Amino acid sequence: MSRSLRPLLATAVIFAIAYGLSVMQFPGMFSTRVLGNFLTDNAFLGITAVGMTFVILSGGIDLSVGAVIGFTGVLVAVLISWMGLHPLVAFAIALIVAAVFGGLMGLAIHALEVPSFIVTLAGMFLARGGASVITQDSVPINHPFYDWISDLLIRLPGGGRLSFIGLLMIAVFVVGALVAHRTRFGSYVYALGGNTVSASLMGVPVARTTVAVYMLSSVLAALAGIVFSLYTSAGYPLAAVGVELDAISAVVIGGTLLAGGYGFVLGTFIGVMLLGLVQTYIIFDGTLSSWWTKIVIGVLLFLFIVLQRLIFAASAPGEKVAEKA
Amino acid sequence: MTRRMLGRLANPQLLALVGVLLINWLLFPSFFRVTWQDGRLFGSVIDVLNRGAPVAILSIGMVGVIATKGVDLSVGAVMAVAGAVAASLVVAGYPAPVAVIAALLVGLLCGLWNGFLVAVLDIQPIVATLVLMVAGRGIAQLITQGFIVTFNDPLLIFIGTGSFLGLPMATVIALVLLVLVTLLVRKTAIGLFIEAVGVNRAAASLAGIRSRMLLILVYALSGLCAAIAGIIVAGDIRGADANNAGLWLELDAILAVVIGGTSLLGGRFSVPLAVVGALIIQAMNTGILVSGFPPEFNLIVKAGMIILILLIQSPLATRIAPRRPQRARIGVQRTAK
Repeated sequence: MSRSLRPLLATAVIFAIAYGLSVMQFPGMFSTRVLGNFLTDNAFLGITAVGMTFVILSGGIDLSVGAVIGFTGVLVAVLISWMGLHPLVAFAIALIVAAVFGGLMGLAIHALEVPSFIVTLAGMFLARGGASVITQDSVPINHPFYDWISDLLIRLPGGGRLSFIGLLMIAVFVVGALVAHRTRFGSYVYALGGNTVSASLMGVPVARTTVAVYMLSSVLAALAGIVFSLYTSAGYPLAAVGVELDAISAVVIGGTLLAGGYGFVLGTFIGVMLLGLVQTYIIFDGTLSSWWTKIVIGVLLFLFIVLQRLIFAASAPGEKVAEKA
Repeated sequence: MTRRMLGRLANPQLLALVGVLLINWLLFPSFFRVTWQDGRLFGSVIDVLNRGAPVAILSIGMVGVIATKGVDLSVGAVMAVAGAVAASLVVAGYPAPVAVIAALLVGLLCGLWNGFLVAVLDIQPIVATLVLMVAGRGIAQLITQGFIVTFNDPLLIFIGTGSFLGLPMATVIALVLLVLVTLLVRKTAIGLFIEAVGVNRAAASLAGIRSRMLLILVYALSGLCAAIAGIIVAGDIRGADANNAGLWLELDAILAVVIGGTSLLGGRFSVPLAVVGALIIQAMNTGILVSGFPPEFNLIVKAGMIILILLIQSPLATRIAPRRPQRARIGVQRTAK
């Protein structure tokens, strides 16, 4: 097994052990019903996390995704319920708006040579503020199309349901993994995260790739917003507050290096599942309060960051010599 | 001498603050009316000073962190933890000074933890402080057991809502901190060391600066400032709300520091201007509220402000309209493009 796959392996092993222990305590957790809900409940987080993986691989960060989810939910709800558009038209408009939004952020990051987190912070304020200006209340969506999609599911033996949005998340992960590991764009993203200067000297189109990465992240966040609106049948401007933190946590737990240039889309999937497992365990247990979720995620984050540190310190012994002086 | 003083006062941040205040005055003519009542001052301007104090205090701590090319995302969560500690101890019957000192120590501890991750384990600041940002609110809820712990302790309430020489206590605390920290970084070599580490940590270490110690110090200061802000906010609402105390204030604090002209790329910082930045943010908040606009516009105005600052500070703008040479930028990136 190649050394570079170790963090991915570590994540997978930790997930397997955690799941095994949970099943030993609550045999009910090993059922297609729980696994199906796992996918459905975490679909919007998973789709967001794929986009976040690309951004982090390219050496940046996108704080605006939670706000884009909220904004998309409101936009879709308003277009369907107030304007009377067909949901598919509304979805297309929302995705185009998000693509323009993300593209502009990428352009700003590249052209102004500023850290990505401050630009996406402005994007976060803008999207959240925009959603709140459109409406401050939850806008319900009642459309036959929504009922049709929520009935669209595959029944598994054992009472489990594989919902449309759960399958959509898996599809996004598969496509994301193929794009990251098998296309030219994917290698550009890795090169950018490794070292922008070298990437540019090697002929990587830095501007185009940066714009595309943030565009991708915003489009996937908008897709997550659509999924979230399917999940809740409503649009609410304060929906998905803090999802950017969950997405970043999932990416880091999945073994992607936050400095960029190293990581796997599949790892992010395991990261999302691990976050879902923590929540499901706390629900199953019943006596643990919800705040333990945050503490456990924080501890997991810490463990994985230290793990990465140790693995990369072992593989690059000469790197930090200057600072020891 | 007076000319130099005037030159110092004519910086973009102070002009922006005056501009925002003037717009507020146009929208709301009695904005500058200050009255004396019950031994303290009242008025919109005083309100700006009072409400802006928590973010100003956070930004005093954040300046040092950002000047070392870092960022502290955990300050909002640390505020919640400190408030929870202070409130829980007071409710459990401990004397208020003990509760305040314990809350400050907890904040300091959080800062030391961040500093340890950044300086000793060499983890990027944004990730290192993310750990506490996520876990901190959970810890605060653990301390308060998910409830909003309310209290009636006179000392804590005085810290949050009292007044000293007519000024709100929060403002006085912010002012004292501002003076102390400014003296610390400008009258000793510490400020220079922070700038050196921010520009190039390896070079600073080779030049004999104990960069590890220094990094731990700036994060510890940030944690301490967050704890002070947390106690003020808890005292203000007479309770510790683990969910909402300090929520998203880390972003306001970062914004205040950036408005204050501190470079996000490290190496150039100003504590007083960061406080001016915090006051600009609060003046806009208050202005939007008193002029009757819905508070949602706040976020959009803030976003517009970040974009404006980025445009002004960007190398692009420097190329189009060359200003005085920038100190701390190294031309590696530009030659490559």
